[in-house]
Amino acid sequence: MTVDSATLSAAAAPPHPLREFWSDFSENKGAVAGLVVIVVVAFVAVFADVLAPHPPHEQYRDFFLAPPVWQEGGTTEFLLGTDAVGRDILARIMHGARYSLIIGLIVITLSLTVGIGLGLIAGFFRGVVEILIMRAMDILLALPALLLAIVIVAILGPGLFNAMLAISVVYLPHLVRLTRAAAINERAKDYVTASKVSGAGLLRLMFITVLPNCMAPLIVQATLSFSSAILDAAALGFLGMGAQPPTPEWGTMLADAREFVQRAWWVVTFPGLAILVTVLALNLLGDGLRDALDPRLKR
Amino acid sequence: MLQFLLRRVSLVIPTFFGVTLLTFALIRLIPGDPIELLAGERSLTPERHAEMKARLGLDKPMLVQYGIYIVDVFQGDLGKSIVTREPVLSEFSTLFPATIELSICALILALAVGLPAGILAAVRRGSVFDHSVMGLSLTGYSMPIFWWGLLLILLFSVDLGWTPVSGRISALFWIEPVTGFMLIDTLLADEPGAFTSAVRHLILPSIVLGTIPLAVIARMTRSSMLEVLGEDYVRTARAKGVSPLQVVAVHALRNALIPVITVIGLQVGVLLSGAILTETIFAWPGIGKWLIESIARRDYPSVQGGVLLVATVVITVNLIVDLLYGFINPRIRHAR
Repeated sequence: MTVDSATLSAAAAPPHPLREFWSDFSENKGAVAGLVVIVVVAFVAVFADVLAPHPPHEQYRDFFLAPPVWQEGGTTEFLLGTDAVGRDILARIMHGARYSLIIGLIVITLSLTVGIGLGLIAGFFRGVVEILIMRAMDILLALPALLLAIVIVAILGPGLFNAMLAISVVYLPHLVRLTRAAAINERAKDYVTASKVSGAGLLRLMFITVLPNCMAPLIVQATLSFSSAILDAAALGFLGMGAQPPTPEWGTMLADAREFVQRAWWVVTFPGLAILVTVLALNLLGDGLRDALDPRLKR
Repeated sequence: MLQFLLRRVSLVIPTFFGVTLLTFALIRLIPGDPIELLAGERSLTPERHAEMKARLGLDKPMLVQYGIYIVDVFQGDLGKSIVTREPVLSEFSTLFPATIELSICALILALAVGLPAGILAAVRRGSVFDHSVMGLSLTGYSMPIFWWGLLLILLFSVDLGWTPVSGRISALFWIEPVTGFMLIDTLLADEPGAFTSAVRHLILPSIVLGTIPLAVIARMTRSSMLEVLGEDYVRTARAKGVSPLQVVAVHALRNALIPVITVIGLQVGVLLSGAILTETIFAWPGIGKWLIESIARRDYPSVQGGVLLVATVVITVNLIVDLLYGFINPRIRHAR
């Protein structure tokens, strides 16, 4: 009866958190598929200059509204056809991936930074400060998301950057609420008291002791907001309040394509498909992250 | 119950005042001179400028201006549209029924498909049906609805010619607005074919606007149903020999619907956001399209009043849902 000591210690040691996370995450096939799609989209976005068959703004005057290659009249020159001024749709979609991902990233960075800051302040300084912050968030929540974004853009003026700012503001309330709830919950725990007793300052307590333990729900919310940010930015672009033409942003491309819906289905179909696939992949990824990161859902 | 009611209502009041602060600030935050904005294209002499400023009360201290604004709001005076010179409130109330009609149809569609789909998916957990419902609902949830609308127009209006492209009713009919709801008004007007025309105009916009609520309701119903089906009392009912249909329809469903009601309440904001896009695509004469056009025309009093009214609607509906929720679920009512 001899037990290999190596097996024994391997069984006793808990798996590395990252490895545990990956094994939970990779069980979810949808989430892995979402991850693969996002990696592909990111690859296309980064190397759009090299991968795209044509420059996104180049107008080919002999090819107005050329259909995609498999349809009669299509050429291999323009795989997904051209738009009303002869620009290659595939090239514009590839460059559009760049805009969508950057929009998502900037919106998430902005609203996470401000949201975490406000949430921690509300959670740590209770009292009047907390009431003020939380009531302000309630006011933002009283307006439908897209309407609030539109109102902010109306004040700041249309454009890609202002649209990103507006969407960041729209996502603040959820992040502030999540951070505050998590911070209040963590602050009552013994390790925080211990850290305080050993002389940690307020800032250290907020950002180094407490914040890392609040990150799991915030990461999930951030992934899900990433996909909503892409959708909302495209909606603003479609309404003429986001990126302005001739920027190859997907929503703006759809706005340009609207009047050709009766004549050229490809101008309308492909940019929207790009939005749907990217957003769907991000949502699958977010669902998978939530299942893998949320301890309450663990078996 | 009364205490619960008062507590909930008192929470809403500061939010409402917060929104008035926001709409009050809106017109003052916009870059440029508000008087020139209000005057529109016409150029003003300095005297006329000062006179207008005094008349609009813009020369008074901010706090006084806010006080005047609040008093006006409570008297139903939300200012006049710069473009049409009509009171904002009356413009809003003419257009609002169109949005309500569309939203109700979209919500009915979402419930009629979403609830059964969610329940069936939970009962047949792990089946092909379950997987398809979950896949489709995530797709619906990820849908850029402005594109979805264009696709449906492409297929059903352009290719097949089944449904009209835009508007609420065919231009052949002139229907006297009585209630503002086209479905009711066409029935009242007794014009042959008018009702069918109104229904045909409603189909595509309702599908487009209902897609996201449908997806959310199906997902929520499924997960809530799954939770309830695992409860002890459901097992007891089964052990007693209650028929499977009765277990699902009576024992499980009643409790499973409680969280679903909250989710339905939350869809009001989603519906109004969606109405902005849906109405723009289908040229539906409701408040969503009106707000977008007002912003494009720089008609700020309309934007200001419209935003306040929409926010009031959202706050009120959320309050009603909250109260309803407390009414159905005693645990909420008695919780501190």
